[in-house]
Amino acid sequence: MKRIEIIQNVLDANESIAAQNQRLLDSHNVFAINIMSSPGAGKTSLILQTLSKLKKRLSIAVIEGDVASTLDAEKVKNEAFAVVQITTRYMSENCSLIANMINRAIQNLPLDDIDLLIIENVGNLICPSELLLGEHKRIVISSLPEGDDKPIKYPMIFAGADAVVINKIDFLPYVDFDVPSFQNTIINLNPTVKFFQVSCKTSIGIENWCSWLLNEIKTNQPAK
Amino acid sequence: MHELGITESIINIVSNKAREAQASKIVKINLVVGELAGFVPDCIEFYFDSLSKGTPAEEAILNFQLVPAQLRCRNCSAVFCPQDTLWSCPKCQSHSLEIAGGRELYVESIEVE
Repeated sequence: MKRIEIIQNVLDANESIAAQNQRLLDSHNVFAINIMSSPGAGKTSLILQTLSKLKKRLSIAVIEGDVASTLDAEKVKNEAFAVVQITTRYMSENCSLIANMINRAIQNLPLDDIDLLIIENVGNLICPSELLLGEHKRIVISSLPEGDDKPIKYPMIFAGADAVVINKIDFLPYVDFDVPSFQNTIINLNPTVKFFQVSCKTSIGIENWCSWLLNEIKTNQPAK
Repeated sequence: MHELGITESIINIVSNKAREAQASKIVKINLVVGELAGFVPDCIEFYFDSLSKGTPAEEAILNFQLVPAQLRCRNCSAVFCPQDTLWSCPKCQSHSLEIAGGRELYVESIEVE
């Protein structure tokens, strides 16, 4: 019997495709965000709000990841410049998007005509946390009805987020959600994270979220 | 559920290495899995049985070396393994912590014939 040393990260293959995706997006000056949350936290609603606020200023494409159905793609198709639906039900990584799926999707998008690519991940707080897609910023949405304990239960997704959007903030009078304690749990692990308190129903806070996004897109653009 | 894709990657990695070494059969696969990586060894094992059929890894034993979560205190630099879900530094009680270990998922080595 012979022992062969390997020491190879199992996620290497995904990470190298993610890096390839980011290079491709950068070469066409496309800024990409990956939106992650549990099911029902408001990923599609935030995307619709963002589209309605920014579509006159930016050309925005959306990649919709879902286990089944094209419901979300139907909702955003009239607002977005382009929509690609990825249905993961028949794929081996059926609980989350992986870099390879994004690679195929962006090959079919007119990248030169796109400023912002929004990737809506499959609703899940575990699987997407270790799987990079090639995005520039990772966004996690938590909504008030879910409770304020999510960063304690699922620390990894919050530890890797660039921004956390607290949605359904208009529920504050009706639920026991301790916003400062929720935010502190995340800051403890991730001191540079940005927070946005929004309601996609009433549009509160959307302005702030969109200005941050615009600023990030500007900062990412190569100096002319 | 994402263990399915992960198991496929593991089988690809070890099969390629076995072929390079001109080994016909992989007897054992040594994997290092961090507690925070979000991968469940039982699930990997479950998928491995069916996915490895017809590959050099068929019937190989999966040996998991589990790495506990490890945190480093940003205040006093103490490194420790958290004992409960509310993470705090055992030395200075600070909650400002960074993840120092436990995210690993790699193939450490294989044993071949």
